[in-house]
Amino acid sequence: MSSIDAPIDLDKAPASARAIADYGRPLWKRWFLTREFAVIGAVIVVWIVASSVVPYFGSTTTLAYLLLDATPILMIALPMTFVIITGEIDLSVASTIGLSSVMLGVLTKAGVPIVIAMVLCLVLGLVAGAINGFLVTVVGLPSLAVTIGTLALFRGVAVGLLGTTAITNFPIFWQTLVQSRIGTTGIPVVMLLVIVLILIFGAVLHFTPFGRGLFALGLSKDTAAFSGVKVNRAKFIAFLLTGLISALAGIYWTLRYGSARGDNAMGLELSVIAATLLGGVSIFGGKGALHGVIGGVLLIGVLQSALRLANVSSDAINIVTGALLIFSVLSPRILAWTRQLRPPGRRREK
Amino acid sequence: MLFHTSKRKGVTRVLGLAAAAVTLALVATGCSTGTTSGSGDANYKITFLPKNLGNAYFDTSDKGGEKAIKEFKGTYKEVGPATATADAQVSYINTLTQQNVGAIVLSANDPTALGSALTQAKTAGVKIVTFDSDTDAKYRDIFINQATAEGIAKIQVDLITKQIGDTGDVAILSASANATNQNAWIDLMKADLTKNHPNVKLVDTVYGNDDDQTSFDKTAALLQTYPNLKGIISPTTVGIAAAARYLSTSSFKGKVALTGLGTPNQMRDYVNDGTVTAFALWNPADLGYLASYAAKALIDGKITGKKGDTFTAGTLGKFTVGEKGTVLLGDPYTFDKSNIATFNF
Repeated sequence: MSSIDAPIDLDKAPASARAIADYGRPLWKRWFLTREFAVIGAVIVVWIVASSVVPYFGSTTTLAYLLLDATPILMIALPMTFVIITGEIDLSVASTIGLSSVMLGVLTKAGVPIVIAMVLCLVLGLVAGAINGFLVTVVGLPSLAVTIGTLALFRGVAVGLLGTTAITNFPIFWQTLVQSRIGTTGIPVVMLLVIVLILIFGAVLHFTPFGRGLFALGLSKDTAAFSGVKVNRAKFIAFLLTGLISALAGIYWTLRYGSARGDNAMGLELSVIAATLLGGVSIFGGKGALHGVIGGVLLIGVLQSALRLANVSSDAINIVTGALLIFSVLSPRILAWTRQLRPPGRRREK
Repeated sequence: MLFHTSKRKGVTRVLGLAAAAVTLALVATGCSTGTTSGSGDANYKITFLPKNLGNAYFDTSDKGGEKAIKEFKGTYKEVGPATATADAQVSYINTLTQQNVGAIVLSANDPTALGSALTQAKTAGVKIVTFDSDTDAKYRDIFINQATAEGIAKIQVDLITKQIGDTGDVAILSASANATNQNAWIDLMKADLTKNHPNVKLVDTVYGNDDDQTSFDKTAALLQTYPNLKGIISPTTVGIAAAARYLSTSSFKGKVALTGLGTPNQMRDYVNDGTVTAFALWNPADLGYLASYAAKALIDGKITGKKGDTFTAGTLGKFTVGEKGTVLLGDPYTFDKSNIATFNF
């Protein structure tokens, strides 16, 4: 069960350090005194404070809207974690949402039953992911360049297909289903799907050889390859997954807003990546855990929701979110730096 | 080795500090905005939700709205996303519904995507007024229409015929050949010219595709092809600005009249240097002002959005609700040297 920490420490810290520093600590400390739990703790603290000081925040309605807004980010952050842990990035996810949304609209308008249209959208997502995966793993191009390209490409196709028009008449049943909540809890029904996805992705990442391979791959490609990790296959699968889940998020987006547009979810890739990094995934690869990412998504969601209800302007909300992200990426460095200023003898043990 | 352990704890501590800082910020903002205000019994909390913030057009319209709300002592607020997207507006509509505002005055980024959020707002008793850009009629109570096609066509014909002395050749510089609204206006202008201005001849209609350079080149071509041309009408903001730029540096400046639909910020220099005498558009400040009074009338229960309802909008006078819950602002507004300095959009 220490698998959350194990892959990280295996390669980063010298063997002796790992033995003494990490496994010398009590189990509960190793589990809970982590960056991931710090983020989750921050979510809880912000939630409690906002509930008591921001009017209307502490209601099931807030929870419902917050989760509905966070759902697409939460979905895509799962495979995005895989991609970033391998040391790559996928910037094309929001454009894949747009493409999938337009596809769903065009197909249902043409009379294709919506369930079949949804399946075709998911297939389209796999194709989009395969294009990224092919260019990165087979052709060997850097994923940053490839996915900036497909970001523009997929968005261009999506907007080109529909222009500035929108397709709307989606079945009321599906639109209502996406919006509906479980009893009086305020939790949207669609969260059940998200929870299933979280369990699957969490299990794969932390409890399978494939998942551990992703960490190894992010730390050192060569070492991983020599250790038997199929480097290109693993990366290709990671890109397939971002494509697939982005297409799923596109279906959700279309049904939630009842509108298929080429410009749907424009810029969402930045929210996904921001939440992933805030949750403790290293942009350089090899480090991160899924519960931290979920915490990161929720922290941004809760903050934005609370600030909006407190009548803070959208610019200020963006400033707060951006500053938080930079602070979270910077904090380990600041700590390392301040520690160097202290004489070695006074450094604290554990 | 020690480094490794304490780093982890340190991160935790720093993040804890961050949480505390954010918490403090929330407490501060929460306290300052937590009070609810209102006047009398009616809920005159009216919030403007433009397509996006930082847009000069909406700054002007929302200021007009604020002026009206101050007149009837309501609570004005403006919220909006940083970028003009429908999903961002949905979050704001949901928030405003929770805050029990009296009315939302909205310029919609999508006619349908806001539908379910607006329906929930209406169910909760929030009145919905759209302006500038409408949603499907079933999602709102009232739409404030800035101008009709007839009004837009008439004012441009009136302006050009007045500027050229009601006689001579004129041409039209339009956007694209298949732009529905442009063609509707051009047809109405043609009919008006034939009927009321027999000495004015429309010699050509050219298309600049709402591209600055193309419009600029088409203007140059028009003036070479028709040496007797006395006036140009450009019913598009891109076209009129490009045509004015060409005229202002050519020998035709002051000799060939130019009018059409433009914005004060684009046209200011050309009005001040005498290239353009007058042009038309609606007044966004009046649009916001009227929208606020429509919201008040809805909150008061004076109107419901059905055809024939009437209400008074402060200094603008009396208005009647038309087909599909639409209220017309009135004739377009004429901008010239005497008033252009007071506008910034």
